[in-house]
Amino acid sequence: MSRRSARDPVEFVEERLGGARGLRFLMSYVFPDHWSFLLGEVALYAFVVLIATGTFLALFFSPDLGTAVYHGSDPALQGQSISSAYASTLKLSYHVSGGLLMRQTHHWAALLFLAAITLHLLRIVFTGAFRKPRDINYFIGVTLLALAILEGFAGYSLPDDLLSGMGLAIAWAVAMSLPLIGGPFATALWGGRFPGTSVFESRLYIAHVFVLPAILATLIAVHLAIIMRQRHSQFPGPGRREDNVVGTPMWPAYALRSLGLFAAVAAVLVLMGGLIQINPVWLWGPYHPYLGTNGAQPDWYLGWLIGALRLMPNLEISVFGHTLVPNPFFGGVLFPTVVFALLYALPWLDRRFISRDPARHDLLQSPRENPRRTALAAAVFSAVAIVFAAGSADRMFFQFGFGYEGAIWFFRGAFLAIPVAVFVITRRICLELAVEREHPLRGWSGRIVARDASGGFAPVDAGSTISEASDHGGST
Amino acid sequence: MASRLWKALVVLVLWAWGALRPRRRARARRREVDPSRRDAGSPAWVERTLLGLLAAIPLSCAAFAVLYILDPNTQLLGLALGAALALLAAALILAGKRLLPQETKVEERPIPGDRQAVDEVLEQAHAATDGITRRGLLLGAAGAAGAGLTAAVAVPVVALGPGIEDQLSRTPWHAGRALVDEQGAPLAAAAIREGSFVTAFPEGADKENLDAPVVLVRVDPASLRASSERAGWAPMGILAYSKICTHAACAISLYRAPLSPSTQSRGPALVCPCHYSTFDVLDSGRVEFGPAGRPLPQLPLSIDAQGTLRAAGPLSGPVGPSWWGDAR
Repeated sequence: MSRRSARDPVEFVEERLGGARGLRFLMSYVFPDHWSFLLGEVALYAFVVLIATGTFLALFFSPDLGTAVYHGSDPALQGQSISSAYASTLKLSYHVSGGLLMRQTHHWAALLFLAAITLHLLRIVFTGAFRKPRDINYFIGVTLLALAILEGFAGYSLPDDLLSGMGLAIAWAVAMSLPLIGGPFATALWGGRFPGTSVFESRLYIAHVFVLPAILATLIAVHLAIIMRQRHSQFPGPGRREDNVVGTPMWPAYALRSLGLFAAVAAVLVLMGGLIQINPVWLWGPYHPYLGTNGAQPDWYLGWLIGALRLMPNLEISVFGHTLVPNPFFGGVLFPTVVFALLYALPWLDRRFISRDPARHDLLQSPRENPRRTALAAAVFSAVAIVFAAGSADRMFFQFGFGYEGAIWFFRGAFLAIPVAVFVITRRICLELAVEREHPLRGWSGRIVARDASGGFAPVDAGSTISEASDHGGST
Repeated sequence: MASRLWKALVVLVLWAWGALRPRRRARARRREVDPSRRDAGSPAWVERTLLGLLAAIPLSCAAFAVLYILDPNTQLLGLALGAALALLAAALILAGKRLLPQETKVEERPIPGDRQAVDEVLEQAHAATDGITRRGLLLGAAGAAGAGLTAAVAVPVVALGPGIEDQLSRTPWHAGRALVDEQGAPLAAAAIREGSFVTAFPEGADKENLDAPVVLVRVDPASLRASSERAGWAPMGILAYSKICTHAACAISLYRAPLSPSTQSRGPALVCPCHYSTFDVLDSGRVEFGPAGRPLPQLPLSIDAQGTLRAAGPLSGPVGPSWWGDAR
């Protein structure tokens, strides 16, 4: 575009609304160059793919549990009584051109969305990016994670296939397990006793396609606005201080690179959606409360919850002949509540007990610089990871033949022991690395000698200049 | 008036001092290390490659469109659209990293935290209550009004759910009700053999109801360890248990039936595939392993003159996950 033709639209907007200054601010906004900063962007772009593919799916999906006898093209389901929700999912997969591509891309995008959010969270926690002034944006991020998990669960519960129904049965039991109010709460949510009616399907649908996406989109917008206002955090380096940001400006190079990342995320998801099968609902069959299948697994981001439900010993607390705390409460409510409470409390815990540092920080820390925080976070995440692994103990039995009951006892022990070991080992590693300062694999380990005027060699005390040099090398 | 002007002047001076100071300091420090740089100009191969990549995108998109109309094969559609997007990604990243000027810039970070402004806000806010004597009382009344309105708006939530008492406690099982299979055909006792696993429903009832499905298994009557009150519940060694797990409402769809003496150290058990709660068939559905907190409810059975299975009473306990309203 020539300079002149670009002038007209900018002038058009500026003369009516103003904002050229804002555009100038956006164009010169500086992004620090570090790969770990792309994780949040990947999540953002997966969300865009989810909105695009989800809109397509919503044109064909019918959120209705009314049943009819199936006479479609799948011979395995001929003559079965199936719901409109399931039938429309089958039709969308079999007969709508590109429908299956969109459905599978949507599902893969959901898995990537949550994976990127989770890795982004790990980056934030381990580099201390949740500290003041970013604590406020961190809370929004943790909320986004919780809502994204709910959104994903609502999504794969919609098609009314066997896996959907089994997942909803568990959700019903978890809702029922709330002490005292569980029964009224669950029946209110489901519009009656499980499996409920079309009323519930329509509530689930409106939550999945409108309420939760609207909240997610709003929070994402606020999340980004707050980042723009505070500017990105950055790792320490030459010329980098608390009160500046060093990196690539948005225009021109960063905008193109980031759009390139968007296209790359979309490309990978579309290729996966086309080539790698996911959730073939026609194989699972329709759901009826009296049907179940073995080796069933939820989407990965719910693995830690099914693991918690499976690990919990068969404890139920009752008083006066009433069940006060039903068993699913421990794994389905208490465990995720504790994990999210720890996440929400992290900025305060860090300020008060871990780093004991209430100051504002815009420079990030390397995990090794804060051994106590790194070790504690690693211990908590390892506990969650063990529970997550326990969720697949049945698959381990099918794949490797490990006895299921033994595996559960192993994971119960590991849940108590491994986090302690992880804490001790991580702390030790961080302390060792902090002493060495240099990365053990990339750091300089030799000596520099210089030849003097008389022809002799003398070692140069070059520790500081070498590390300066390697810092420069790393930043360009 | 004069004092207000004076205050404003002090604020202005303080603000100017605070606003200018970090910038002065920053300018002084930036002289130490200045990482900004700008490299423009790109090698010729970049432009050639970029042209090639951009030219291939419409081809890939055209392939997608043609396939969509002629042969909407999921794999090929995915390949065509994915290739177009991958080409676009390559072009954008190449342009962003090699074609356009590469810049490292330093941007000042605005650091908020103006105590003075906070004080002024508070002062102005509190000025609103000047001359009001019954501040606490008025605030309380306003709070009560707000709470009342919130409660009124929240009342329609009740409409979400019907009354739950009959919802959660009704049961289709009573003495004499015949057991039928999924197609509604009555189940003959002779049809239930040892090692088999049959799902049954109450005749004429809604199969989708959680109370409806039961599992029928048959064992050697001599091996039963049930209490004396359940002595007659398993005619011919045929046992009926609720098919809905007492842990999380999944359907019990696994049956561990040891076939050889080597595995008979543990008797037959009903297993839920969701969280592997394991219920002892011989011992009144006792929880043998897994998270379930209650035994599986058992349905007492009888066999009528035609040899058909019938219920001899209601289920022995509440079906499905526990909650406060269960009578244990």
